[in-house]
Amino acid sequence: MDGTPLDGNAMAGDLREIFAVDVTAARYLCAGCTHTDAVGTLLLWHQSPGLVARCPNCEDVVITVVRAPDRVFLDLRGSVRLEVPLEGS
Amino acid sequence: MGIISRGFGGRRRESVPGLPPGQYLTHDFPVLSAGPTPRIPLDRWRFTITTETGEKTSWNWAEFQALPAEDVTVDIHCVTKWSKLGTTWRGVSLDTLLENVESAADYTMVHSFGGYTTNVPMEDLLDGKAWVAYKFDGEDLQPEHGGPARLVVPHLYFWKSAKWVNGLQLMPEDEPGFWEAAGYHMYGDPWHEQRYQGD
Amino acid sequence: MARAAVSGRLTWRAATLAEARWETSTARTLVLDVPDWPGHLPGQHIDVRLTAEDGYRAQRSYSIASAWPHPEGKVELTIQRLDDGEVSPYLTDVVEPGEQIELRGPVGGWFVWRDKQPAPVLLIGGGSGVVPLMAMVRARATAGGKHPFRLIYSVRTPEDVLYADELRRRVRDDAGLDVHFVYTRKTPDGWPSPPKRIDVAALNTYGWPPDFEPDCYVCGPTTFVETAADILVALGHDPRRIRTERFGGTS
Repeated sequence: MDGTPLDGNAMAGDLREIFAVDVTAARYLCAGCTHTDAVGTLLLWHQSPGLVARCPNCEDVVITVVRAPDRVFLDLRGSVRLEVPLEGS
Repeated sequence: MGIISRGFGGRRRESVPGLPPGQYLTHDFPVLSAGPTPRIPLDRWRFTITTETGEKTSWNWAEFQALPAEDVTVDIHCVTKWSKLGTTWRGVSLDTLLENVESAADYTMVHSFGGYTTNVPMEDLLDGKAWVAYKFDGEDLQPEHGGPARLVVPHLYFWKSAKWVNGLQLMPEDEPGFWEAAGYHMYGDPWHEQRYQGD
Repeated sequence: MARAAVSGRLTWRAATLAEARWETSTARTLVLDVPDWPGHLPGQHIDVRLTAEDGYRAQRSYSIASAWPHPEGKVELTIQRLDDGEVSPYLTDVVEPGEQIELRGPVGGWFVWRDKQPAPVLLIGGGSGVVPLMAMVRARATAGGKHPFRLIYSVRTPEDVLYADELRRRVRDDAGLDVHFVYTRKTPDGWPSPPKRIDVAALNTYGWPPDFEPDCYVCGPTTFVETAADILVALGHDPRRIRTERFGGTS
């Protein structure tokens, strides 16, 4: 419980409850610094009221996920774009 | 779906009468963080109140320490469902900080080192309801708990009690802060279980 | 074969513990029966959710240890007990065969190895970070793959090694698989060097050279992952070929 971040891989389950594709394999483009990499590489602060995924390059927030009992709030303002690979195409 | 896991207790917690709905009692002090813990040297620390017209009032660490401080004992309630009773803090009341600030603003945005924000109505900061605290349990407030200084506004869920606080922006209209924009409630009253937007 | 793993939204489902076995004195493998399991890729994980009688819930992610297809159609997790943990002590010490847990998965499409990747593979695991890497070693064998595989496994003591017998057997039987151990607290008798943390020399000596362009997978505690990934980059490995997965001490 020392606040050490995990990485974006650990968001996979919560995101797969919303999306039909795996978002952790998608590439994000950071709105803060234009760094781009897989969502799986984001630094994930999970010991908080929600999941906070930050860019490893500039530490800006790229994605937040807030889980309510009956709803999920997904905030993508920190990502200009998500590039989602389509399996089998 | 609900499978009860036989023999699973989870973290030690008690459901006691008198807590806000849905809360459990904890005796430790969980650390929640949405980002790296900022380390703020005291000679770089400053707290600034900015009014809706842009006027600024600010204190450096020495000036802040010279303000009259209060010792308070309060219960705190985290939206992640733990409550901690009888926590003791020492800090400066927002009444003191806002005493000589000219403003007609009804809302505030609390700002922190590291970029965190949270919105609190002005009236929830006044009349002995909120402090900028720099001691917890008689000791200097540790960085993981928001030191050098954090807001303590105990009648709202604890995400409103911003760690590493460095300023207050006074606003005529309410605007969402970090968690409020991410789906949490704009006000956050634990007694009415205002956890998420729409609750 | 694992195509089904990536379509459709996921929900929680019940799995039954079919069997359990101790890998070390603090790590236990759970063999789970999951109805309609769609298959998975090595490196993927599942989320486990536990519910107490009063409705309190806790959720954690665990890497899948087994390959798919599995000879008995099961899914295996290896859980390292953390003494101050909330979920892991339940999974290592309390849940018994025949009982159910809730899970969601498989999930994660980035820290995965696909047997169609042609490159040599360098696996670097710290502690129980070896679990998803073991799934890759097993999947390579299941697929009859000939990819050159090297595993560098950093572990505190010889007693903490997960899958020790199986790794020994696979090094003998799986052509093209090498395993090198780095002991951080205590070495076996007669080990040529004193205990040490993973370092440039270990990765330089026992990893693939950068010009082989291996796909690198690093999994372990945060500081371990960052150290190993930094060394790989410093040695000249292409950062785009390095995939990492961190786990915290929170389970």
